[in-house]
Amino acid sequence: MATSAAALGSGTRSSVREIPHTVSPGLWTLAWRRLRADRVGMVSLVIVAAFIVMMILSGTGLIAADWNREVGVNYAPPSFLGAETPAGAPAAVVGPTGEHAAQGSEYKSNVVDPIGDVLEQLKTGRSESQPAAAPPTASGAPAASESSSESVDPLAAVMADIRAGKGVGPEVKPLERKATLPFGGDKWGRDVLKKTIKGSETSIFVGLASAALATFLGTVFGAFSGYFGKWVDDAFNWFYSVFSSIPYLLLILAVAAVLQQKGTLTIILILGLTGWTGVFRLIRAEYLKHKGREYVQAADAIGASNIRRMFLHIFPNVSHVVLVQLSILVVGFIKSEVILSFLGFGVPVDVVSWGSMLNEAQNELILGKWWQLVAAGTAMALLVTAFSLFTDALRDALDPKLKGRAGA
Amino acid sequence: MVKNTSGAAPSAGALNDALVSVRNLGVSFRLDRKTTFDAVKGISFDIPRNSTVALVGESGSGKSVTSLAMLGLLPPENSIIHPASQILYGGVNLASMPIAELRKLRGADISMIFQEPMTSLNPVFTVGWQLEEVLRLHMGLSGRAARKRSIEVLREVGIPEPERRIDAYPSQLSGGQQQRVMIAMAIACEPKLLIADEPTTALDVTIQKQILDLIAALQKRRQMSVLFITHDLAVVGEIADYVVVMRNGEIREQGAARAVFEAPKDTYTKALLRCRPQLERRPMRLPVIDDYIHGTGPAHTEERKRGVRPSDPIVLDVKNLGKSFYSREGLFGKREFKAVKDVSFKLPKGKTLGLVGESGSGKTTVGLTLMRLHEATTGEAFFEGRDLLSMPPKEFMTYKRRIQIIFQNPYASLNPRFTVGQILVEPMQIHGIGESTQARTDMAFELLDKVGLPEVSFYKYPHEFSGGQRQRIAIARCLTMRPDILICDESVSALDVSVQAQVLNLLQDLQDEFHLSYIFISHDLAVVKYISDEVMVMNEGEIVEIANSDEIYRHPKMPYTRKLLASIPKGWQARQ
Repeated sequence: MATSAAALGSGTRSSVREIPHTVSPGLWTLAWRRLRADRVGMVSLVIVAAFIVMMILSGTGLIAADWNREVGVNYAPPSFLGAETPAGAPAAVVGPTGEHAAQGSEYKSNVVDPIGDVLEQLKTGRSESQPAAAPPTASGAPAASESSSESVDPLAAVMADIRAGKGVGPEVKPLERKATLPFGGDKWGRDVLKKTIKGSETSIFVGLASAALATFLGTVFGAFSGYFGKWVDDAFNWFYSVFSSIPYLLLILAVAAVLQQKGTLTIILILGLTGWTGVFRLIRAEYLKHKGREYVQAADAIGASNIRRMFLHIFPNVSHVVLVQLSILVVGFIKSEVILSFLGFGVPVDVVSWGSMLNEAQNELILGKWWQLVAAGTAMALLVTAFSLFTDALRDALDPKLKGRAGA
Repeated sequence: MVKNTSGAAPSAGALNDALVSVRNLGVSFRLDRKTTFDAVKGISFDIPRNSTVALVGESGSGKSVTSLAMLGLLPPENSIIHPASQILYGGVNLASMPIAELRKLRGADISMIFQEPMTSLNPVFTVGWQLEEVLRLHMGLSGRAARKRSIEVLREVGIPEPERRIDAYPSQLSGGQQQRVMIAMAIACEPKLLIADEPTTALDVTIQKQILDLIAALQKRRQMSVLFITHDLAVVGEIADYVVVMRNGEIREQGAARAVFEAPKDTYTKALLRCRPQLERRPMRLPVIDDYIHGTGPAHTEERKRGVRPSDPIVLDVKNLGKSFYSREGLFGKREFKAVKDVSFKLPKGKTLGLVGESGSGKTTVGLTLMRLHEATTGEAFFEGRDLLSMPPKEFMTYKRRIQIIFQNPYASLNPRFTVGQILVEPMQIHGIGESTQARTDMAFELLDKVGLPEVSFYKYPHEFSGGQRQRIAIARCLTMRPDILICDESVSALDVSVQAQVLNLLQDLQDEFHLSYIFISHDLAVVKYISDEVMVMNEGEIVEIANSDEIYRHPKMPYTRKLLASIPKGWQARQ
């Protein structure tokens, strides 16, 4: 009060524009300062940031680009456990796709390639050390000579050439299969660590992108609905009610069926198109509240158009709600993607995600191979927990009044 | 009512006689990890038995914090009561008492009424239920006894037909009746001390008067003490025995009411008493606090002449303005509520039309309708020969900037996410005033200077300013559009007395310089009298009386106007 009165009294003022001023902290700066003071929030932010950096590195192919290579023996155990059966699993040399074995005898160490085994038997004419996973037809097949196999399969010679690694197909250097891998290997002998990294790329990207889509839709719908009210609001509310009256999972399956192709983009669309309802309700309520505020009336009085009032005036004032919702949705959608991929509606087979890893793990677990489950599960739990804690810290930082109320 | 004629300060040797003695009360608030803010800085005062003590101060003076500390109602997570603080009541120190013990005292021995009766009562329970709860908790009354006592108390606070009203929900009562219920709850258990925190600020003048009379009467009848917290010295003057003036967490002056009002020693007290516009006088400029603190005294002593002559050019001619709101009733029915009925007036150029009335009189609706923030139901408003209300919205845009509005609450009317610079430049962008961004920026700096804000303000956000400064920003925003008419909708009502005077002076200066016409909407009759040339009294959407301001205050014609004028708190003078 005193300063303003003093200023009123002083009539002398230079007309220089370049007055020294410190840029006042805006609300975002203040929120950032509050967030900085929150230890749990900062730790979780660092974890989330680390995951996102990992996602970017993996996405640009700097790390884990060769996740699909079978670098270890099948079900290679994690390094700290040591090799499972040192004698039974000698160092193998194998091509990246598993179909370019240098020698037949070494090739059969890849136990889960039944066709390869059948071919092997047909070629060598004997069935030695039948693998457990080989189909019964292979074990019951009659012994056949090289010539007889040719009479059955005219392409056998070509096949043999392929086997020998010459002629058809790209020349691939043989790779030494490791007995153990840092986080273990899956049933193809692929590195679980790299799979986890690549999987996090898919999962986080799907989570972020679909949350962004859902938040965008929810915010725009909510803004129009809440701001204009009347028939616009009625229309959006009908739309919303129809959407939310269908059981969530069925809706997802329906959209998946309509889109008819598997892929990361499809999942993003599915989650984004079905997940906007919660944001819509919240933003609609915020706009209803804010459109009656005096600053919006003041904006009307100075002649600001509807769109200007909606997005230039009101939106910055509800943006913290949007941000918190976005953050909550990311957590939810990461989990949704995992569930979808686990159920087999998610990413296609040539893409790895935490969900598809868990899906594979359920079969492996019967065999006592737990590391893929633990790797994917831990990564997901770590990210989701960190993200949730970060969301809490973010909400406290953006709306400090809430914290006091919750604590009281 | 004046019982202490000796004029002795209550703190001196009155310990034995005092009901409550506050000694060295200090309260700090934790702002973040490192910084604290001292809200109350070691104050001492007494509340004698059977008397009314007024705690007066502007916002931020620490008066409410003091009262909350007495009841242990400060938020525990960020407030610190200094260890040396003592609040002695009946030999015990309330400041160090465990909260469970204190809870027994609250409501029974010491009770409190708050500013907003609408938010202090629980809307889902009946009035009777809430009253009976208090009686059950503190007096152990049950069922029928509690109900009987509730009816008694409701009758005592002047609720008509208490047997019926006891089953009413808070929303079914008027604001004044709600405040009466609050008082009933506070006195139900026969407290020895009643703390009233701005109990009349949210109420209309006529109801304020009734509530003040009620509190005074109850104090006498019940022989209790009242700690009356307010920012308004005029209100205090009518009822207080002792006055404690606070500023920035310190006591500036305390003593018997007579001593404080008739011979104030402290410059701040003097300033507070003079800053408020008075009904009898109308100086060219209102004195402001700084005039006293710098020892210059009131700068202007000559009186300003007010009034409208028939020869004055008319800038806005409003004819038969009407506004109805519709609410749905039943399945197909609509109920019409006429907020403004058939209002006609003329606004002369360079003059001020004061618009007074109680809440619900439709005065704000008139302002909003003229700006087309509400669409008018009927009527015309001629501005430069064109009817503003019937022209298409596109065409109205060019006129929109000519009529501007300053809202009541400067905390709500500025977008918190915009810097002051953005707030000022935006209207110029919208209306294409100024050729370039540079020209607009220059103009914004000029206007900041005009409303008395430093140039650095341009880069700051609204939350960094005080209420009075924010209202200046709002005024500057209107001025960017070079309006002809300014509608001030309770523009100074939310401000402290000292700041109010500054803003009123600013408005006056601007009118003198730019020949602006004001429509000044307010419930505060003293302010309206000071600033207006012509006054229009409204009640229930209709014009009661319209006349030159001196005329209407000296010779009110209509009974309603007389009733309104009689309700204005007269302060100390009324008791002479």
